[in-house]
Amino acid sequence: MTDQGKTGGAAKPAGAASKGAGVAAKAGEKPDWADGLKQFYDSVVDEPLPDELSELLARFDEDEA
Amino acid sequence: MTGKKKRELPERTAEDKKAFKRELTEVVPHLRAFARGLCGRPDMADDLVQEALLKAWAAQDRFEPGTSMRAWTFVILRNAYLTDMRRNRFRGDYDEGVAERILTAPAGQEEPIHLSDLHRALLTLPPERREALLLVGAGGFSYEEAADICGCAVGTIKSRVGRARSTIASMVEEGKVPERALEDPSAHRAILEELDEVAAGNGVTEPTR
Repeated sequence: MTDQGKTGGAAKPAGAASKGAGVAAKAGEKPDWADGLKQFYDSVVDEPLPDELSELLARFDEDEA
Repeated sequence: MTGKKKRELPERTAEDKKAFKRELTEVVPHLRAFARGLCGRPDMADDLVQEALLKAWAAQDRFEPGTSMRAWTFVILRNAYLTDMRRNRFRGDYDEGVAERILTAPAGQEEPIHLSDLHRALLTLPPERREALLLVGAGGFSYEEAADICGCAVGTIKSRVGRARSTIASMVEEGKVPERALEDPSAHRAILEELDEVAAGNGVTEPTR
């Protein structure tokens, strides 16, 4: 058992001054969680439409006719 | 002649209407994703989508064919969300349990951080930063498109996305995704007050430090 999960910020002192700066310096590279955001979005996009929304779209068609 | 000239809307052909319906249908899953990110609760998010769809349908003559349906409908959904928020509709109604249950990661994928944590972190951001990050970081809009959707300058969007990213990054780095930020009445009130500002079109200019 190790503290593997914490290696990301290991070298960083707990000083308040380093907090924002460390993050800003990495602005160019994509952090791990950035994919998570996209994944969150895509996971909802991939869900089947709930009935009430499909029904609403179907009603729009009747509206046209 | 009246002082205010109304923009002439071209007559829509049956083809146009069909295309509108098709494009609107295609964009519904994206509206759901945007709404879910904005308001947390899936049931409320879908209510919001329904509301936005009805409004979009009623306003279809104002859609310019060839432009982005996703951007156009996102503006409508965003406005509906801000209006509802101001009417207190979502106030104090956030149900973390529901959000967490629904937001399970797709099977077989390694998660650097649980989607539920990420979503909760997202929900603790001030609304204008949350929507900026959702649009750019999750929805894949360009800064320019996001600025159009939010009705603000490109630089403002960039700064909001940057701030949102660094807030989430430090939560993740420090392993401190707030557990109860939204249950805390004062935090919640602060968020809603900021929302009022955003909804009022004040755009909430970021204080420079």
